[in-house]
Amino acid sequence: MAIRCVASRKTLAGLKETSSRLLGFRGIQTFTLPDLPYDYGALEPAISGEIMQIHHQKHHQTYVTNYNNALEQLDQAVNKGDASAVVKLQSAIKFNGGGHVNHSIFWKNLAPVKEGGGEPPKGSLGSAIDTHFGSLEGLVKKMSAEGAAVQGSGWWLGLDKELKKLVVDTTANQDPLVTKGGSLVPLVGIDVWEHAYYLQYKNVRPEYLKNVWKVINWKYASEIYEKECN
Amino acid sequence: MTTVVFIILLAIFATSLYGAGGTTMDPCLESMKTASLPDLPYAYDALEPAISEEIMRLHHQKHHQTYVTQYNKALNSLRSAMADGDHSSVVKLQSLIKFNGGGHVNHAIFWKNLAPVHEGGGKPPHDPLSSAIDAHFGSLEGLIQKMNAEGTAVQGSGWVWLGLDRELKRLVVETTANQDPLVTKGTHFVPLIGIDVWEHAYYPQYKNARAEYLKNIWSVINWKYAADVFEKHSRDLDTN
Repeated sequence: MAIRCVASRKTLAGLKETSSRLLGFRGIQTFTLPDLPYDYGALEPAISGEIMQIHHQKHHQTYVTNYNNALEQLDQAVNKGDASAVVKLQSAIKFNGGGHVNHSIFWKNLAPVKEGGGEPPKGSLGSAIDTHFGSLEGLVKKMSAEGAAVQGSGWWLGLDKELKKLVVDTTANQDPLVTKGGSLVPLVGIDVWEHAYYLQYKNVRPEYLKNVWKVINWKYASEIYEKECN
Repeated sequence: MTTVVFIILLAIFATSLYGAGGTTMDPCLESMKTASLPDLPYAYDALEPAISEEIMRLHHQKHHQTYVTQYNKALNSLRSAMADGDHSSVVKLQSLIKFNGGGHVNHAIFWKNLAPVHEGGGKPPHDPLSSAIDAHFGSLEGLIQKMNAEGTAVQGSGWVWLGLDRELKRLVVETTANQDPLVTKGTHFVPLIGIDVWEHAYYPQYKNARAEYLKNIWSVINWKYAADVFEKHSRDLDTN
């Protein structure tokens, strides 16, 4: 039985199914903005409809657009054998591709209250949280503290599985969780970029972090956890 | 009697070795100056319509104030750690000092980089900065275009700078991440103009359109301040 779970590839593959298309005979896949699984106003009052709309239609869309541009340029550079250009493009790919990956997961990490948002995790994830963090409250406290402490635009406070244990980690800018460890699987991520909360919470990031838990979709996190554990 | 006097003198001498905090402290560290929030040289609404009053108020009273508060807190912790010889903590504190101290340094410069239109905001620089800009960037418009492109391209939070490279005696455009001051890109760099591209600097007014914010901010850039700093350092360079 494999101890290490190289599930990050599986997670990304899941995203590719819903939001990509083939471009050109070489098969470079480009991406499209995934739909939100709920209305823009459905996460209120935790996250305002205004934020959700701009966050999805502007920020995430921009990552998708720029990611596709970078991929096409990469394709050309690879064809030309322009190694310098290939290397130079990595920054744009990591930033915009990471932005797309992270936000695609984020929308699934959230759910309206009437669809289970905020409802604590049951089953194996619930037990694992109690084992590793003492309680759900303990985990929430830790993630909120680390999210508040991110200097600048952090992402990705991830609840993750590596060598069969949960971890809380932060990443900078749009770095996906996998940049912190190849076998890390994101379960819950909370965007702490200012655009994720500023219009509603202004500079008070801790208040945003306190409220976002009311719409966290633990059901999705549990499903990923159970899948990766088997 | 002599013994009593001796003991009293000894007590006075011992007390003089101790700082007000009651620790055996080098007097230099003891008098470490803490930071304080500088006043804005203009009213909160004076930079409208380029930058809204709401933003200026939050930016100054909340964000900059928080950097000052956290910086002072970190400095106090540093002082204790140094007194204790706790080098692990001294090193650990550097991240907080760099972030919050950098935040204070950068914003203190930023408020001076801006001016209301009726106080010269947006007015092109005088010489010798003006000539230096033309020499290095072709024109003022060329410089602005470059700074806007680089500012827009900053991934995440950061600043875009026009600086003077004192060593090579030339102007440079640089970006820094988070609250890193320009000096982190080169110890011989002097900041002339810094533009905050953290989302808090523009979001309530411009939302995700950072490029629009950068386009508009030039109408309130205080070139006089930049030109004065440039002239001062150019003079110093000439006399060295």
